[in-house]
Amino acid sequence: MTTRHTDPPWANARLHVVTGKGGTGKTTVASALALALASKPGRVLLSEVEGRQGISQTFDVPPLGTDETRVVRLSGGGEVVGLSVEPKAALLEYLQLFYKLGRAGRLLEKFGAIDFATTIAPGVRDVLLIGKIYEANRRRRDGRHKGDAAPVYDALVLDAPPTGRIGRFLSVNSEVADLARVGPIHSQAGAITRLLQSEQTVVHLVTLLEEMPVQETLEAVNELRSKGLRPGAIVVNMVRDPLLDDVALDQARAGRLHKASIRTQLADAGLQATTELVDGLLEEARDHAQRIDLEREQMGMLEATGLPIVQLPALPGGVDSGSVRELADLLVPAFVTPLVTPLEGVEP
Amino acid sequence: MSPGPVAKEAPALDVDALLADPETSIIVCCGAGGVGKTTTAAALGLRAAEAGRRVVVLTIDPARRLAQSLGLTELDNTPRPVTDIDGSAGGSLHAMMLDMKRTFDEVVLAHADPDKAEQILANPFYLAVSSSFAGTQEYMAMEKLGQLKAAAGTADAPWDLIVVDTPPSRSALDFLDAPNRLGSFLDGRFIRLLTAPAKAGGRAGLKVFGVGVQLVTSTMTKILGGQLLTDVQTFVNALDTMFGGFRERADETYRLLSEHGTAFLVVAAPERDALREASYFVDRLEADRMPLAGLVVNRIGRVEATGLTPSRALSVAEALEDGGGPKSATNAAALLRLHATLVRTAERQRELAQRFSRSHPGIPVVQVPALGRDVHDLDSLRQVGHALAGS
Ligand SMILES: Nc1ncnc2c1ncn2[C@@H]1O[C@H](COP(=O)(O)OP(=O)(O)O)[C@@H](O)[C@H]1O
Ligand SMILES: Nc1ncnc2c1ncn2[C@@H]1O[C@H](COP(=O)(O)OP(=O)(O)O)[C@@H](O)[C@H]1O
Ligand SMILES: [Mg+2]
Ligand SMILES: [Mg+2]
Repeated sequence: MTTRHTDPPWANARLHVVTGKGGTGKTTVASALALALASKPGRVLLSEVEGRQGISQTFDVPPLGTDETRVVRLSGGGEVVGLSVEPKAALLEYLQLFYKLGRAGRLLEKFGAIDFATTIAPGVRDVLLIGKIYEANRRRRDGRHKGDAAPVYDALVLDAPPTGRIGRFLSVNSEVADLARVGPIHSQAGAITRLLQSEQTVVHLVTLLEEMPVQETLEAVNELRSKGLRPGAIVVNMVRDPLLDDVALDQARAGRLHKASIRTQLADAGLQATTELVDGLLEEARDHAQRIDLEREQMGMLEATGLPIVQLPALPGGVDSGSVRELADLLVPAFVTPLVTPLEGVEP
Repeated sequence: MSPGPVAKEAPALDVDALLADPETSIIVCCGAGGVGKTTTAAALGLRAAEAGRRVVVLTIDPARRLAQSLGLTELDNTPRPVTDIDGSAGGSLHAMMLDMKRTFDEVVLAHADPDKAEQILANPFYLAVSSSFAGTQEYMAMEKLGQLKAAAGTADAPWDLIVVDTPPSRSALDFLDAPNRLGSFLDGRFIRLLTAPAKAGGRAGLKVFGVGVQLVTSTMTKILGGQLLTDVQTFVNALDTMFGGFRERADETYRLLSEHGTAFLVVAAPERDALREASYFVDRLEADRMPLAGLVVNRIGRVEATGLTPSRALSVAEALEDGGGPKSATNAAALLRLHATLVRTAERQRELAQRFSRSHPGIPVVQVPALGRDVHDLDSLRQVGHALAGS
């Protein structure tokens, strides 16, 4: 009998948006995911929008500019291209594209109009940032944005704003449509929303097994759903295995680990097992048990969303351009779905 | 020159002395996102109140359960008394949570005549700026602080100490920079250009700026739509007549922060990024001559069994595991491994904190241990307060 798995929410996704509470590992996970998707092999665009140069730090390459720059080439032929999207540059590029502005572009800059549009006119900044991703998603190998040529990118990964701002970021359309009621910004906002709400876009949420990040994750899942956006995987990052087995954890929590025999063991092994030392160790075990309880409680709440959960271990040495590949390897089974699903019943 | 010690111990931060000093009237808790600013502000407020001060805590984004335990269930943008505290020393505690849109509305209502106020409050551009412009929250936090300070000592506002939490921004510096940014923006070139023609009497004024302006405004109209620009124009003109420029107001609140009686506490997690952020902030406070009280390194890993080094713990654990003894041997080994991990984490964190102190000698520091659970109730706030006082 074959078990039929329902397809994950990202089965038909091209654009993978990665969000999470700040510091949970958004940039790390986005980078690892881009590597995993590139291993197919394919060309993957990894973008950041907050000007933090997180991608360049993760891959240990020079700071990214507003040009798309290859940051990794995989031995299997895949590659990851990095981009730091900057609203001013996006606006100027956009004006050039649609209006062929020469002098006016510079004038706009001189009169502070570009600053105005990209920083204060609310929502415009976000439309421009996502607008750039939208453009890259549609771009074909012949440089055009429609037609039969193959797309430049096989997949796009966006290191997005944190959970607190993601709903708003991805639903700029309505906001901007209210403010700028006509004009290209207005019409582009509509096209972007159609992409974001289609099954080509999925939003992954990175969290730790701690109360605040989990709470924010749950709120973001609800918000995304209510806005017609598609939550993808919950990536639980920096997972640590418990150091005690379940029986010992139960005893530690209840303060019932057998003190005398532990003390004997320690003494036999050559430690000077004073009462303070043994009490201290038992206290540490109790804290640990409570910590594990809390983590399990948080995991239960994440599971209740019904979303697929993917776990990544805490790397003891932190993350660098080498170890991010270890994380990528762990993401491959969950995220790299075969392009063509094999027919049922046919043996390989 | 004789060689001094390589790394002097950072002086201990004496929180209780700071809270007890009647001159201390404002404490600002700042730092990168998620490090424990709100928790620290609430814990300090509670500790000060229970030591006899009359305190108000202005929180920005308390976790929901913390808000509940402070009685902040009604979002009415006014301080409410916190009732469950120990008032035996004669102190009191009020707490409130900032509602930035409402604070902005109040500013408008307080300074514009009723007709004009209505007009501003209904302006779509105002609605967007007051609820989403990056920087509005910081600006409104300062505005609210100004209001709390002005009201202090009256019957409804019995406080003599204001503890302020700061907005959850990416960088701690945003708190200092954002109000100015909003101010200079509304004073900025493009906005003035939009509004100047109207002030100078319509079309005639436009000529002064020449054709460049027409090109710019017509392009902006094409991009953003004419309505947005009209809305902006109406909004800025209304504000302009209302009070002499945002910048002035921002400067005023900024000045309040550098006054004697204000104390900044920089909060950081014992992690590289948070401490780097704390460094920037400390440097900035010094450059601007803002009164820095010290650094709180929050959520340091706890170690209960003292005097056993990680390497010794691990080698004994290995011996126990190799010995193939009973379950108690396996358990003992696991406890030792756990201990080694905890000590290593704590050592790494302490080293990071020391690195901060080496580059900022003389700045008082206090380390606060991580509690087992999040800080949701008055009891755990007391625990944090206790730790903040270094006891
Ligand atoms: N699985 C992991 N194991 C160890 N360290 C990690 C892991 N994931 C992220 N980190 C580290 O945690 C910190 C925050 O990660 P980052 O990806 O920058 O988060 P964010 O983009 O959400 O702010 C970085 O120092 C990063 O190297
Ligand atoms: N010393 C501590 N021990 C345990 N949890 C803490 C401690 N300090 C803060 N927390 C928890 O960390 C989270 C973030 O704290 P918070 O004060 O909201 O940070 P910030 O205001 O800087 O964003 C909260 O869930 C809080 O309960
Ligand atoms: Mg990041
Ligand atoms: Mg906070």
